[in-house]
Amino acid sequence: MLKYIVPLFLFAVLAVFLAIGLKLNPRDIPSPLIDKPAPHFSLPVLTEPSRKFSPEDLQGQVWMLNVWASWCVSCRSEHPVLNDFARKNPVIIVGLNYKDEPEAAKQWLAQLGNPYQVSVMDLEGRTGIDYGVYGVPETFVIDKKGIVRYKFTGPVSMKDVEQTLLPLINKLRAES
Amino acid sequence: MKTFVFTLFLTFSICGHAAVEYRKFDNAKQEQAYHSLISELRCLVCQNQTIADSNAELAKDLRRQVYEMLQQGKNQQQIVDYMTQRYGDFVLYRPPLKSKTLILWIGPVVFVVIGLLVLLLMSRRKNQADKKDKLSEQDEKRLRALLEEGEDS
Repeated sequence: MLKYIVPLFLFAVLAVFLAIGLKLNPRDIPSPLIDKPAPHFSLPVLTEPSRKFSPEDLQGQVWMLNVWASWCVSCRSEHPVLNDFARKNPVIIVGLNYKDEPEAAKQWLAQLGNPYQVSVMDLEGRTGIDYGVYGVPETFVIDKKGIVRYKFTGPVSMKDVEQTLLPLINKLRAES
Repeated sequence: MKTFVFTLFLTFSICGHAAVEYRKFDNAKQEQAYHSLISELRCLVCQNQTIADSNAELAKDLRRQVYEMLQQGKNQQQIVDYMTQRYGDFVLYRPPLKSKTLILWIGPVVFVVIGLLVLLLMSRRKNQADKKDKLSEQDEKRLRALLEEGEDS
């Protein structure tokens, strides 16, 4: 009897592990930045390159940093969601225009709408490295003290906004 | 032999590095550090390639970062720390030994030990079974006698 039970048991264990493995997303790499201060940067604003923006400018406010580029295909599907989000809620979204051409980026915003309070240019992708960006689009939620509280990799969907981002932002706003 | 050498060439040509940038190093040690670092850091876009192997934009940027940090006089450990602070342990092809990665490091050893134990147990059981099958001295004699008898007829 044992002769049959042992292999069956082993098979069941293996099957469970494989099933879990199938459900895991290998692209979902936990960010080591969570609960750490948002890395500093001081980058020129897309529409006004003589002006610089840095995360310290938003100290005391809850905001989102969205990494985007006009060459990024999934950003296109994410964009209407962000537009809608920004229109319906008083939320601050800062765009990190990652390794893009400023002209193409401006045209993109003019065509598809601009959900960003401000977009800054990371031409060489150095700020991207500081934020551990590896797949555009990426979205970070930063709290009043300038701490990264959440990171979302990939295009944000309506469901993500309603179930994750909005509740989180409201919770962070309530914090002192 | 010719075919063998040719195949050998093919094999090595396939794993030629994608890192094509021309880099100038101050000394051989720095160059060696550069190559050892870029072949130990993972390209997070392509996941199963090192940044030395990958041609992805991010891999290029990370190679540039490694090069610049070496030029600034940073040592290998400092550069590895810099990368893990931003991308996590996943960026390393050789994950560090931690409680979280323990299973990665000792898992294979545990499986080998289990395998050896099972092998040992099975061979021992078989030995015992063989012993049980052995004939007593008396039976052995009878068997031989019977066999000889058979040969005669």
